[in-house]
Amino acid sequence: MGKPKTIIEKIWEKHIVHQEEGKPDLLYIDLHLVHEVTSPQAFEGLRMKGRTVRRPDRTFATMDHNVPTIHRNVIKDQVSKTQMDTLKNNCEEFNVPLADIHHPDQGIVHVIGPELGLTQPGKTIVCGDSHTSTHGAFGALAFGIGTSEVEHVLATQTLWQAKPKTLNVKVNGELGTGVTAKDLILAIIGKYGVRFGTGYVIEYTGEAIRSLSMEGRMTICNMSIEAGARAGLISPDDTTVEFLRGKRHAPQGEAFVTAATEWKSLATDEGATYDAIVEINADEVEPQVTWGTNPSMCIPISASIPSPEDAKTANGKDEIKRALEYMGLEANQPISTVSIEHVFIGSCTNSRLSDLRRASEIIKGRKVNPAVTAIVVPGSHSVKAAAEKEGIDVIFKQAGFEWREAGCSMCLAMNDDVVPPGERCASTSNRNFEGRQGTGARTHLVSPEMAAAAAIEGHFVDVRKLGVPTT
Amino acid sequence: MEPIRKHSGLVYPLNRDNIDTDQIIPKQFLKRISRQGFGQFLFFNWRFESDGTPREDFSLNDPTYKEASILVSGENFGCGSSREHAPWALQDYGFKVIIASSFADIFYNNCTKNGILPVKLTDEETQMLIDRSESGPYTITVDLENKCVYGSDDFKATFDLPDYQREMLLNGWDEIAVTLTHDEKIEQFELQRQT
Ligand code: SF4
Repeated sequence: MGKPKTIIEKIWEKHIVHQEEGKPDLLYIDLHLVHEVTSPQAFEGLRMKGRTVRRPDRTFATMDHNVPTIHRNVIKDQVSKTQMDTLKNNCEEFNVPLADIHHPDQGIVHVIGPELGLTQPGKTIVCGDSHTSTHGAFGALAFGIGTSEVEHVLATQTLWQAKPKTLNVKVNGELGTGVTAKDLILAIIGKYGVRFGTGYVIEYTGEAIRSLSMEGRMTICNMSIEAGARAGLISPDDTTVEFLRGKRHAPQGEAFVTAATEWKSLATDEGATYDAIVEINADEVEPQVTWGTNPSMCIPISASIPSPEDAKTANGKDEIKRALEYMGLEANQPISTVSIEHVFIGSCTNSRLSDLRRASEIIKGRKVNPAVTAIVVPGSHSVKAAAEKEGIDVIFKQAGFEWREAGCSMCLAMNDDVVPPGERCASTSNRNFEGRQGTGARTHLVSPEMAAAAAIEGHFVDVRKLGVPTT
Repeated sequence: MEPIRKHSGLVYPLNRDNIDTDQIIPKQFLKRISRQGFGQFLFFNWRFESDGTPREDFSLNDPTYKEASILVSGENFGCGSSREHAPWALQDYGFKVIIASSFADIFYNNCTKNGILPVKLTDEETQMLIDRSESGPYTITVDLENKCVYGSDDFKATFDLPDYQREMLLNGWDEIAVTLTHDEKIEQFELQRQT
C-alpha cells in the first residue's frame, strides 16, 4: 500500500488535467453552481469572446440572493428584476439548467445542491459564492470563486489551482444537549479567529463530527470561510451515504451501491498527515452568541462582552472599540441582558428542515415577545413544502413568526428583508459584518434554537433554560 | 486585462485588520450586470452619511489622498464574500496596487484576475507605510518584475507572489485563452472519466 492520504489529496489527484513545474495544477470541475448576482458579467464575457459553456450538463443555476420572500409575482425592485431576467436569458442562451423563482427546485444554492443529490462525495464543486464550502460536508472539495473564475469554469470546466495546505480541525468529545453544530463552529472560530484557515483546506474530524447529521455537518463546513478557509470538508461515512440514497441526481439502484463503496473509500486513510492541526473539546462548548462585527467576536451565553483592554495589540483594541460602538454595546455587559428587535431564522447555514424542526420545538405553545419581529425563511422551496407537511409552519405562525418563501433574504438583505439602522437581530446566518443585514443593522449570530429562545424572551437566553427537547 | 509591471503612486493608508468585502462594496450595489462603475460605491457605508454627504471622519474623503492609487491595510484584507465587485470597485476608484499584511484567499485571486497587484508585506513594513502616509502625501513605487517596493525616502521592501500569477499580471493575459491551449487534455480527461 502507498503512503496514507487525506481525502483532500485523494480528490485533488483524481482531478488533475494538466500539471507543469512552477504552475498551479489545472483541475477539472465536476459541478458548477450558478446564481444571479455573481454570474452576469461572466456570461457577458463569454458572449464578448464568442465562447460557449463547455458542459451545461455540469452546470446548474438558481435565483436566491435577490428574490423577494413575499409577493413573488410582483418584483418591485426593477434592478433586482433585471438581474434575475438576465440569468434567465443567459441560461436559455447557453443551455444551462435553471431553477428560477417559480420553480419547485428553487432555493438557496447551497441548500438545493445537496437536496437534489447534485452534491456528492469526491466531486470538485465551485460556485461564485464563498459559502460553497457547505458542500464539503459530503466529502466534496467545494470552494467559492470570483466572477472571472466563474467565466473560466463556464468556458473550460477547469480552474488553475495551487495545491492547498491541509488543516485538521479535530473535535473531541460530544456536544451537550441543546448545543448545536452552529455553536461548535462559532466556538471554533471564537477560539482560533477569522484567519487561521487562510491558505488551507480544512478537514473536520473527531467523534463530535461523526455524530452530526448531514445538516449539522453542512452548518460546520458552511462557515469554514469564516475561519478563512476556502474549503472545509468531512470524510464520507454511512450518514453521508444514507442522506444521498434516493436523491434525484444521485446514482440509483446497483450504481448507487457501487458509488457508495467508492465514496467511502475516499475517507482519509489511517495515519495520513496534515500540514497543521487544531483541536477543540466539544464537551466544553456552550450555546454561543456573537457580540461584534466579525464571527470570531463570539462568546458563550453565560459570558460577558469583552472590553478593549482584553486585546493584546493596538489594532486589536481598536477593533473591539469600534465593534462595541457599531453594535451599541457596553464592555463587560452580560450578553444575556442584550435585548433584540428582530429574529431571522434562515440562510445557507441554518435553514434546512431539521433546523426549522428544532427551532419549532422551542417555539411550540409559546409566543414571540411583542417587542420582536420574527421571520422564518426556509432554505428552499422543498424545505418549505416538507415543513408545511409536518405542520411546522403552523407552529411558527401561531407563535407570531412570519413564514416566508425561500431565498437568502435577511442573511444579506439584498431584497426587502432588511434590519433597520440601529436595530438588533438574532440571526441564524453566518456573517455579522457591519451593514450586512442593512445599513447600521446590528447582527448577532446564533443557532436556530437560540434564535427561537431569543424571539420568545426578547433578549438572549440560554435555550437550555427553556427545556430543550432531547431528540 | 491591462498588464502591470511597475507602478508609482500615492499611498492611501487604511489602518484596520479584517476589512471584509461587505465594507469594500455593500450588497445594495451588487445588482448591476456590468463590470464598470462600481468605484462610486467603494467603502460606501464608511464614506457617506445616510443622506449621501461625505463623512469627514473617513480618511478616504481627505483631499490629501484624492489621487491615491496604492491602498495599504492590515491583516486579512478582503475577507468574507467572494464578490469580485470588490476588486472592480477598488480598480474603478483608481487603485492599482493593494498592500496588506495578509489577504483573504478568494480576494487575492480576484485581484490578480483583474490586473490589480496584491502585495503582501510584513506587519512592520505595512505599519511603516501606514505611518508615513498618514503624516502626509507619500509616494512609493511597486516593481512587479523585481518584486520590490521602494519609497520616495529610504523605504525598501521585497515581496513574493506565485510565478504563475506574476506572469499573468506582467503580461495581462486572458487566462481562458491560455487554458484553451490545453483543450485536448481536457477532452482526454473527460473521455477517460467515462470509461
Ligand atoms: S444565505 Fe447568505 S451566506 Fe448563504 S448564499 Fe445566501 S447570501 Fe450567501
